[in-house]
Amino acid sequence: MTHWIILPIVLPALLAPFMVLTARHHIGIQRVFSLAGIVGLIALSIGLVWQVSDGSVIYYRLSDWAAPFGIVIVGDRLSTLMVLLTSVLALFVLLYAIGSKWDERGRHFHALFQFQLMGILGAFLTGDLFNLFVFFEVLLIASYGLMIHAGGNARLRAGVQYVLFNLIGSTLFLFALGSIYAETGTLNMADLAQRVTLIGAEETVGIRIAAVLLLLVFAIKAALVPLHFWLPSSYAEAPAPVAALFAIMTKVGAYAIIRVYTMIFPPELEVTSGMHDLWLLPAALVSLAIGMIGVLAARKLDRLVAFSIIGSMGMVMVAISLFTPSSIGAALYYIVHSTLAGAILFLITDLVRTGRGTLDLTAQPPMMGTHMTAGMFFAGAIAMAGLPPLSGFLGKLMVLDAAYSDDLVVWVWAIVLSSSLISVVGFARAGSIVFWKALGTQATVEPATDLSRPSALAYAAIGGLFALLVAHTVFAGTVHSYTTEIAEELFDHESYFSLVLDTPGKLSNPKEAH
Amino acid sequence: MSLLLVVALPFFGALLPGVMNSAGRAACAGVTFTVSLIAFIGLLTNLPTVLAGEVVTARVEWIPALGLNFTLMLDGLGFFFAFLILGIGLLIITYGRHYLSRDDNMGEFFTYLLLFQGAMVGIVLSDNVLLLLVFWELTSLSSFLLIGYWKHLPEGRQGARMALAVTGMGGLAMIGGMLILGQIVGSYDLSVILQNRALIQADPLYVPALILILLGCFTKSAQFPFHFWLPHAMAAPTPVSAYLHSATMVKAGIFLMARMWPVLSGTPEWFVIVTTAGLITMVLGAVIALFKHDLKALLAFSTVSHLGLITMLLGTGTAFGAMAAVFHILNHATFKAALFMSAGIVDHEAHTRDIRRLGGLRRLMPVTFGIATLAALSMAGIPFLNGFLSKEMMLEEATHTMLFGSEWLVPVLATVGSLFSAAYCFRFIGHTFLGPVRDDYPHKPHDPGAGMWVPPAILVTLVVVIGVAPFLVQDFVFLVAKAVIGDVAMLEVKYIKIWHGLVPALYMSIIAVVGGLALMLIYKPLLKVWETTPRPEAKVIFEAIVEAAARMAQSIIHPLHNGSFTRYAMIGLVAMIAAGYHAWTTGTVAEPVRELQAAGAVPIAGWGMLVAATAGLVLLHRNRLLALILIGIVGLMVSIGFVYLSAPDLAMTQFTVEVVTIILLLLALNFLPNQTPVESTVLRRIRDAAVAVAGGLATFALAYHYMLREAVTTPISEFHLANSYKGGGGTNVVNVILVDFRGFDTYGEIIVLGIAALLIYALTESLLNGPVRRRLLNRVPDQPRAGDMHPMMMVVLTRVIMPVVLLVGFYIFLRGHNEPGGGFIAGLIVSIAVVMQYMASGFAWTSARLRYPYHGVIGAGVLVAGFTGIGSWFVAQPFLTSAFTYVRIPPFDKFELATAALFDLGVFLAVVGAVMLSLESFSRLARRADMPDAEFPMDIDPSRSDPPPVQTAELKEGN
Repeated sequence: MTHWIILPIVLPALLAPFMVLTARHHIGIQRVFSLAGIVGLIALSIGLVWQVSDGSVIYYRLSDWAAPFGIVIVGDRLSTLMVLLTSVLALFVLLYAIGSKWDERGRHFHALFQFQLMGILGAFLTGDLFNLFVFFEVLLIASYGLMIHAGGNARLRAGVQYVLFNLIGSTLFLFALGSIYAETGTLNMADLAQRVTLIGAEETVGIRIAAVLLLLVFAIKAALVPLHFWLPSSYAEAPAPVAALFAIMTKVGAYAIIRVYTMIFPPELEVTSGMHDLWLLPAALVSLAIGMIGVLAARKLDRLVAFSIIGSMGMVMVAISLFTPSSIGAALYYIVHSTLAGAILFLITDLVRTGRGTLDLTAQPPMMGTHMTAGMFFAGAIAMAGLPPLSGFLGKLMVLDAAYSDDLVVWVWAIVLSSSLISVVGFARAGSIVFWKALGTQATVEPATDLSRPSALAYAAIGGLFALLVAHTVFAGTVHSYTTEIAEELFDHESYFSLVLDTPGKLSNPKEAH
Repeated sequence: MSLLLVVALPFFGALLPGVMNSAGRAACAGVTFTVSLIAFIGLLTNLPTVLAGEVVTARVEWIPALGLNFTLMLDGLGFFFAFLILGIGLLIITYGRHYLSRDDNMGEFFTYLLLFQGAMVGIVLSDNVLLLLVFWELTSLSSFLLIGYWKHLPEGRQGARMALAVTGMGGLAMIGGMLILGQIVGSYDLSVILQNRALIQADPLYVPALILILLGCFTKSAQFPFHFWLPHAMAAPTPVSAYLHSATMVKAGIFLMARMWPVLSGTPEWFVIVTTAGLITMVLGAVIALFKHDLKALLAFSTVSHLGLITMLLGTGTAFGAMAAVFHILNHATFKAALFMSAGIVDHEAHTRDIRRLGGLRRLMPVTFGIATLAALSMAGIPFLNGFLSKEMMLEEATHTMLFGSEWLVPVLATVGSLFSAAYCFRFIGHTFLGPVRDDYPHKPHDPGAGMWVPPAILVTLVVVIGVAPFLVQDFVFLVAKAVIGDVAMLEVKYIKIWHGLVPALYMSIIAVVGGLALMLIYKPLLKVWETTPRPEAKVIFEAIVEAAARMAQSIIHPLHNGSFTRYAMIGLVAMIAAGYHAWTTGTVAEPVRELQAAGAVPIAGWGMLVAATAGLVLLHRNRLLALILIGIVGLMVSIGFVYLSAPDLAMTQFTVEVVTIILLLLALNFLPNQTPVESTVLRRIRDAAVAVAGGLATFALAYHYMLREAVTTPISEFHLANSYKGGGGTNVVNVILVDFRGFDTYGEIIVLGIAALLIYALTESLLNGPVRRRLLNRVPDQPRAGDMHPMMMVVLTRVIMPVVLLVGFYIFLRGHNEPGGGFIAGLIVSIAVVMQYMASGFAWTSARLRYPYHGVIGAGVLVAGFTGIGSWFVAQPFLTSAFTYVRIPPFDKFELATAALFDLGVFLAVVGAVMLSLESFSRLARRADMPDAEFPMDIDPSRSDPPPVQTAELKEGN
């Protein structure tokens, strides 16, 4: 038995308390440990991706109890891809946090960062719904800690809203889990998928409500309108590297929807039909529209970026809610893109904040390093608005292509394309005010004394993310065929089921039971 | 040279000028020129193949599954455009080197220019419509950067945004159109699409696709009603105007119409839309151009007009029209680029482009005069210059075109357009160069250096050569026209020549030129009429639309996201209830399988208290202390409920958690006002109450439904019950579930607890380091303080009870595996023991006696739990696998040793650390400036001789 698959969870979970225990007052040591941990994570995730790239599934019984009685960790191509994405993102975000000295502005940044990673990675890897709840809790509380890192009134206020709204989500998650357990008597995803098929047509309300409540929980995480309200101010107020890391958090919701609603409640399942297959796509389209309208409406750059995140999640959800292999493949491609682009934009926003002292979209005196920052913003905006040549455009094409055979294709195309236009106008307006109009004002440049200038490391971190985005574009063919394979696998779970449900564990041997 | 290299060179080369910026202007321009030149030569190496009628292709797979591949093809049409783009590009680079001033960032300029060049070459060489879209949008983006190049000019910024919005919109529409085409044909390869004329035109989606693609073409090529952006793009430096906005980029739409001509043209829809738009644009542009005083604006509208002309020719759908269009593209590119460069020279030398401030430059700038005049006359359609030839062909085509059932509509409008066209050309020459020399130029003009006049001179040479000897380019034009037409129609060989005989086109030409001269004679009164006529101003309208859109967006977004959490929660809950209700009503319900149990007196009483406490909480929540007490009642009732439902573990946990939270909340309440202010209106509260009641009823219905029903098969808890002792070594199933069956969940939850404590600490820390610190330190309590802060009775009692409580905690911990208890509860109990010391003797006294920092305790706890889990790896078992054994140490009875206990120790430590760290954080907030830290455990200690200072100040405040 190898333990590699559990390491992405255990490594940060050990590193964080270790830092709390021994290196509480030594930011240097914390940085070294934190970075080393993430480099280790990346190596691990590459190994895991490699291991499952042939379509095999890694399975791990915690405490040696077999599914469904104990908790299992399952690594397939989907979850390992998300793990890799998370750890790579985390590396660059951490580099930025160190380079911009954000990590020094409050306590326990690195420990919370590691805990946050543990929560996210755990959510991607677990094969148990209740365990997913636990990881949601871990990532929620850690993210709250990171969000209010360094304090400040506006940040604390936004933080309260963030945590309260998500606690509503957690409560709903418990409702959903209670309902699911009452209905099926199990919490393991694979087992659940089997038992759900036993439910007859004579009584469907129980499982229907359970499925819908669970979907809403994930929709909150994925910031689907009208459950997105927690996002704009909390992402805008969060410290930049934290907001950048949060780019993956919304994807946790998207991931959970993909996982649960292709495996447990697949579109062809009779008892849960006629619900989310009706309203999820419209809601996603509204999200996309609201997000991009928000980009145009924003009066501050950080809110603009936050709304663009809602918009891009809307795009992801549009693709997901079509629930076909090609659309899920497109969604996965777009998820990678949107994570990188969102992180990039938040980090650039921080550069603007540092240089200008304010993020208001009004003419201000020019700031230091305008050229570099403006160039990066331009590229980031292109990515987010989905213009060529970056991967946003390719992702958009994939989604449009996948939607072609859907009944609502006209709506999808019209909203996807027109929301792109709105976001282009919004980004152009904002960029022109922030970077160009500055040069027109005659005001004298006040040296920003109290604002420390970001180091070369901070720029390098953003550059690294851009490099990833470019690679995501150049190797789009390979990535896309990989994500499409993943999606096809999601609609054909047999090997996953047989591995998870037929492997014996402590005191149980399913093969004998059959 | 491979086509891939021709396209890629400008992109890679674009890095160079930016990097070499510090090496000087000449180096920047030089490297740009070299890059373009190599690409140009690379293109020319393919000429023989193209001339032989073959198509050069290149292919690299990009996203094969999507049908988006890097496929390039070079036929006559592609070569023609690529030649124009790279050839004129070389001239523009030379010109731009001398045009830009020392203050301009040349590296940036040439980087953008090369990006544009690459994108433009990409468009014309693409053999894949999706790839074409990529390059298409890239030209919009690089044009955005180039128009906004002079960032300090508001016109530049606005022009850039307008161009981006309009062409971007077209580009997005085109995405839709191209995708439809691809879906109809089943391939996105242009060469395949071009073979499927019948299939496409028969498809019901042909018209939507056509409209969407034409939207892209019309916006890019500034066709009515999207013509307005082009004049505002003239805020760009003149080399950009000459290159992008006259010679190349604006021709991209035309190019695409030509490219798609074989499959899209020939239908009534195509004919009506394209010809009409072209005609209107031609006439409108020409009329407006006549009355523009800015040289570049005049040229911009003339460009609009000529683009309209070409569009109209493509719209007719005949082979001759297509050929005329191709020829005019060539001619227009030569004379218009030359004219723009001349205008730039005038601007550069005289420091103004306002035609009203110019005149008489003939003598001062003879070279420029010569170049500009020849180019302008060609544009006016004067014989022996190339403009004449293609204009004749256009008029010829117009006489054969019937639009809206009228024979004369197209010829008349074409003549009117030509007439105005001739007029503005004459005005360009007359008002700029002719007339007397003035003495009020902003700057004394003279001819520029060779670097600026040679490029337009080369173009004008072409104008004359083609004009005099059209047979030189004839074969080439045929080749290109054939590439446009494909095998849809036959191109009748009609030689391009100056004299066709007395055909209608000649008369129309004569009318146009004479009419143009006549218009010049009455220009002044005409201008007055024009200036008094109200006209829509595109820029104002566009800005108003964008502003209105932004305002509308704000009026949607800002009220919706007004920062009110109650509103957010309300919307969220309504959504949840609605979704749940929908799921309920669309599902089926069967009869319940379980009987309703009779409710006894005890449960009803408990239920009544729970409801009463909750209702009381809702009504009285503004009094915070009272609210806390009511919450305590709710918690207690829940604990009793657990006891009643035979879950002693849960009850104990809940109970101890209640105790600890109440203490922590009391500490927190210390900093809050006693009353919560009323923040919402009655109506809003009624609304919220309605939502809350609906949510409560829904929850009730859900619980009721599930409690009367069985799970579909045996729940997994049966396995837990059966195997708890056998596999987990414990008889307390709840504990075995917590530390063994689902120990991983517990591991996650203690981490949550630990994080929460660290979080409270970090929050406190940031408060204490921030501006709140002073407020906290100088806080005046709003309630009287106790005179005896650390009463003796309490101190003594807590000291005495402490070992007892610790022992209870220890006992609970140990028995956990088999009886109700465990690390979590034990941790809470031990915490309570320590908390009591804090309560009795104060924060300073207690923490002075603290040996281990609580951060460390949390860390250690999580680590212990983690390492217990890892421990099982060494016996080749999965994470957290438990093992247990029974040992007997005489004289004791046999007892069990389980690794789960070690894990439980981690839980215990994490809980203690978390509770204590939270308490410590609150206590740190509670310290005040006017209150000395207690030195002794109790204020009044008989064993101490010195009486402690009585805190009189506190007492007075209290009264």
